[in-house]
Amino acid sequence: MRRYVVIWFRHLKTDWMVRRQPELKDVPFVMAAPEKGRMVIKAANMAARAKGIDTDMVVADCRALLPALQVFDDKPELAGKLLHALAEWCLRYTPVAAIDRHDGLILDVSGCPHLWGGEKPYLEDMVTKLQGFGYDVRAAIADTIGAAWAVCHYGKASWAVEPCRQLEALLPLPPAALRLETTILERLEKLGLCQIGSFINMPRKALRRRFGVSILSRLDQALGQQLEAMQPVHPVEPYQERLPSPEPVRTAGGIEVALKLLLEKLCQRLAREEQGLRKCLFKCYRVDGVLQQIEIGTSRPSQNVVHLFRLFELKIATIEPALGIEVFTLEAPVIEDNRPIQDALWNFTEGGNGTAIGELLDRIAGRLGVHTIHRYFPDEHYWPERSVKLAGSVSERPQTCWRKDLPRPIHLLPRPEAIEVTVAIPDYPPMLFIYKGELHKVCKADGPERIEQEWWLQQGQYRDYYCVEDENGARYWLYRAGSYEQGDPKWFIHGFFA
Amino acid sequence: MQSAKQDIIQQLHKEVLGIQRLKKSAGLTLDTGLWDAGNAFPDQTFPLGAVHEFISNAKEDAAATNGFMAGLIKQLIKRGMAIWVSSKRTLFPPALSVFGIEPERIIFIDLWRQKEVLWAIEEALRCDALAAVIGELSELSFTESRRLQLAVEQSRVTGFIHRYNPRSENVTACVSRWKIKPIASDIGDVPGMGFPRWNVQLQKIRNGTPGRWQIEWSAGQFRHIPGQSWSITEFPKRKTG
Repeated sequence: MRRYVVIWFRHLKTDWMVRRQPELKDVPFVMAAPEKGRMVIKAANMAARAKGIDTDMVVADCRALLPALQVFDDKPELAGKLLHALAEWCLRYTPVAAIDRHDGLILDVSGCPHLWGGEKPYLEDMVTKLQGFGYDVRAAIADTIGAAWAVCHYGKASWAVEPCRQLEALLPLPPAALRLETTILERLEKLGLCQIGSFINMPRKALRRRFGVSILSRLDQALGQQLEAMQPVHPVEPYQERLPSPEPVRTAGGIEVALKLLLEKLCQRLAREEQGLRKCLFKCYRVDGVLQQIEIGTSRPSQNVVHLFRLFELKIATIEPALGIEVFTLEAPVIEDNRPIQDALWNFTEGGNGTAIGELLDRIAGRLGVHTIHRYFPDEHYWPERSVKLAGSVSERPQTCWRKDLPRPIHLLPRPEAIEVTVAIPDYPPMLFIYKGELHKVCKADGPERIEQEWWLQQGQYRDYYCVEDENGARYWLYRAGSYEQGDPKWFIHGFFA
Repeated sequence: MQSAKQDIIQQLHKEVLGIQRLKKSAGLTLDTGLWDAGNAFPDQTFPLGAVHEFISNAKEDAAATNGFMAGLIKQLIKRGMAIWVSSKRTLFPPALSVFGIEPERIIFIDLWRQKEVLWAIEEALRCDALAAVIGELSELSFTESRRLQLAVEQSRVTGFIHRYNPRSENVTACVSRWKIKPIASDIGDVPGMGFPRWNVQLQKIRNGTPGRWQIEWSAGQFRHIPGQSWSITEFPKRKTG
């Protein structure tokens, strides 16, 4: 004998809002979304309902009714997410829980209520806990989903339908309790059939002819003559593997074997589900109760055992086994989709193997730190120090082109160094300059190229850049900060040309 | 008789190259431009899948060396990405576009310790997905250079080691040793600075002939300045004992 529970969240979204913002509890508020050029109410709380505001009304009209009405944006996917989370929460009552449309849950509780001492305490426990969360819920239990749904939504007094008593329970309820389409409901109403009891005993042929086949199947489902399928939710199992060892492990070799076994198991599962891990934790539980753990991160989702093992290998030495390790666990707290199609993003160079480069960078980042890896994109600034920016990832492509028309030195000093010059004023390149005690005679020179300060970022003198070549053929990038008209400007060397 | 001898010698040369794993990779040649350095190299091609060593002593020379290396890398990098490992890097990425390299194709690894630089270079040389690996460091012992050479023999990646200001120019297992110095550019009577021009000295090349050339980088390729080059026929004197 199967038993089903249907839980109806009467104000799911607004209750959730009140949970997040308790000060909204007694304030009339609605959640609205634009529809055909106006804001239409999708959910209203009890306080708003008491003032005559209901769903599908237009916000402007409601504001006229109730100027103090608060309006929030509706989140269309919120209900689904909340119900999924609640269904997972309900798995403590039964292993099979499903979502019922947009405001309810269906639980297959066959064989569960006796663990709570009967159906009444079972249901009471469930309802009080959910109400404790702040949700306004109704629940009912019956032999079929249809009957439980009908009693839950339209039943007046009773919360439970005795086994095999669906028919009696259904008779006084309105036809809407059968989850029929609105067109059928309207037709039934037109004919004056306001209770299920008034048409349930009609010949099936006549019902089918007048109302279609769906009314018959809904009746059969409610009465238990037809099976109704439900789609139970599957909670995501945490990506975690565990390996107890019969004898405490004390050697690096033993740890490596354990790690390999765990990685293989985890990666098999990741491969099956087309996922890749971005972060992985290897925990060793020691005999004396101390937890030792090492952690790795990857630059892109990976399910490659060899690569992950190499990343871990660099850190195995930091584990102190002491008296021995009895349990190993491997967790992947951060995972991402790793579909084969993503390779296309990487291989922007023909024949380039992005995965191999990514794995190399992971090893480098694992040993030397991720801050050591740099890749540069052009930035739209003339100021030399600001003309490059760091790229976010290896797969990223630059948004703008590199400029080739301006001379830029192949070596740029991190900080310009002061030099002494002999120069014809006002704006000629130097004839001589002394850099680090060495005299350079300038033979050829280009310039100046004036680069102004970006005043919105930094205040100061502009720079006049000169490319100069000395008598030995060495090429330098020098600049004068400011002009001779405004005093005595300083000269600097900023780079070396090839 | 004479030609038969020549044939035998050529055959033996090829065998030696095979033993030294300097076989020409299929379809992989580096066109080093118009200059006649071809004769200097074994098998008339720039050896790929090997480690080349560049030595510079002054800051100006280091800039010239990096420019020359960038010109060589330009052709390799068309096929992928490169890694540039260095400590105290002063290379300015936008300037690489002058040498035909899209700077975003280079991943820079900036480290402090010499040991870490060597480890990163070796690790990168083992990765066959890279087009080239450039390492900047000062000291490289023979053992360390052998490790690098062994790594490239597996992966066929070309490595460029730039040694700035080394304590001594010790013997290494690298396939070649280069020294690049800037020389005065020439654009005739027009005022201003010309194209980068270098004195390129190939001091050592395995199975090739060392030489010296004057090279200019113009219009996106190397241009040999004729009349200034000669092959070094006599080997530089080495201290023995």
